[in-house]
Amino acid sequence: MASTILFFLFAGFAIACAVSMVYHKNPLYSAVSLVGVFVALSCIYVTLAAPFIAVVQILIYAGAIMVLVIFVIMLLNLDEDKPLTRLRYLYAVGGGLGLILLVQTMFIFYAVLRAPKDPVDTSQTAGKSLSIGQAMYTEYLLPVEIVGIMLLMAIIGGVILVRRLEPGQLKLVVDSELDKRHEEEEKDDYRIAF
Amino acid sequence: MESVLKTAFPFVVYTVGILLAFQGVLMIVAYTVLAERKVLGWIQGRIGPNRVGPWGVLQPFADLLKFILKEDLVPDKSTKFIYFLAPLVALTCALLPIVVYPFGPSITTVDWSFLPYGLGDGITRLPLTIAQIDVGVLFVLAITSVGVYGIALAGWSSNSKYSLMGGLRSSAQMISYELAMGASVLGVVMLAGTLDLNGIIYAQITSPFRWFIIPQIIGFVVFLIAAFAETNRVPFDLPEAETELVAGFHTEYSALKFALFFMAEYVNMFTVSVMCVVLFLGGWYVPGLGRIFEPGSIPYAAVSHVAFIGKICAFLFLYIWVRGTLPRFRFDQLMNFGWKFLLPVALGNVILTIVVVYFLNR
Repeated sequence: MASTILFFLFAGFAIACAVSMVYHKNPLYSAVSLVGVFVALSCIYVTLAAPFIAVVQILIYAGAIMVLVIFVIMLLNLDEDKPLTRLRYLYAVGGGLGLILLVQTMFIFYAVLRAPKDPVDTSQTAGKSLSIGQAMYTEYLLPVEIVGIMLLMAIIGGVILVRRLEPGQLKLVVDSELDKRHEEEEKDDYRIAF
Repeated sequence: MESVLKTAFPFVVYTVGILLAFQGVLMIVAYTVLAERKVLGWIQGRIGPNRVGPWGVLQPFADLLKFILKEDLVPDKSTKFIYFLAPLVALTCALLPIVVYPFGPSITTVDWSFLPYGLGDGITRLPLTIAQIDVGVLFVLAITSVGVYGIALAGWSSNSKYSLMGGLRSSAQMISYELAMGASVLGVVMLAGTLDLNGIIYAQITSPFRWFIIPQIIGFVVFLIAAFAETNRVPFDLPEAETELVAGFHTEYSALKFALFFMAEYVNMFTVSVMCVVLFLGGWYVPGLGRIFEPGSIPYAAVSHVAFIGKICAFLFLYIWVRGTLPRFRFDQLMNFGWKFLLPVALGNVILTIVVVYFLNR
């Protein structure tokens, strides 16, 4: 009973925040609404006896990614009153994507209805950090390693894109090609523009 | 009637517990402010507040009254909703971690059957923690990382250049030092083998060192430095550097909204002190106390609780002491220090701990 009330409370809050995120034209309002969605989802995870997922949801999405998004919005300081150029065909694309999402939701609903009804035992170890860690480093070790290497590649790519070159530094092939193109430009201090 | 009472009883107990914990923390925070002014006065060779009550003990309440009575100004071109939201987010995120603090050991020896209507049936232990979740360390880190929104949004919504610069600085600073902080905690988590705050304390009691500060001295120093940066305290108080930014992100805030930011800063100090004590200094554990009192009894829990608060107060004093001693960093020094020194040292500590734990467990 109490968990049902809590679910509707947090689910309602999540939907309200999601609608507000799409509705607002000011990007900062949208970003703050998205943080609200993440917080509401994490509360739902807590009621589903998955505290680890709930905390990670806040730590990664609300605490790291959205802070960066808000940081960028603050730095760019976008003009609020700029009229939006509406593209007609995007309505069709959005409608199509929405339809696919609706079908998916119906499928999940159907699958849940078909599933055998086991009472949820909150004392079981399913959502605990120990069982998650054991599963990640035994059964799902390969996916974890692949994701780790992909993230490392992304970090190295980001560093290469924004680093400043100084004379006497190790250069990549791309850099010497760019050097030939920009021979007249000042050499000691520039950013590579891709 | 009896069944209603039985259903309502846990809620009543939890509500009382939450009220006690929050009220206690807020009182300690209020007196930290007074202690800061007194100790700073002592360091700087002056008296400090001494007009309101004997030795100024009623000063926090006078300050609160002043904050309530002052005019509440809202800048004309501010973004109103977010301007109101920011101090609420800051204080909420500062107060939320209280629910997982291990204030003391569980009381297990009391027989609760004297309670009327059989309310005490089946209760064998009374934990001195509000919510015992098995990811307590991550919970505290997650909630404090959300606290940066309060400062960033306050800076943006005030529509003032000083506030914006303060907000941007603090976002950059808190994102950078969060990494070093998280990495410095990893060593302790690996030694303890759990993310539960009470579990970490029990792991320290059963370990040969008693306190994790001995095997994790590098982690402790990194954590302490990162904690100063996370709470925006001297020498890392760049977001509110008054010589450059007037007052930083809260330049445009007045009255009770300013008071909320002010309280949030001191509650955050309390939080990182708790984390320091729990992770590195054995939490509520007093060596040798188990021989005097029976573990799980009320006097054992009471002495342990007092020891816990005492250790926290020592850290709060350290904060004030450092504020009276050190000058402020420059912003590029701050960033270089965080990324090029603190983070590599923390990661090195993690790798060292991995190797040691691997060979010990073989």
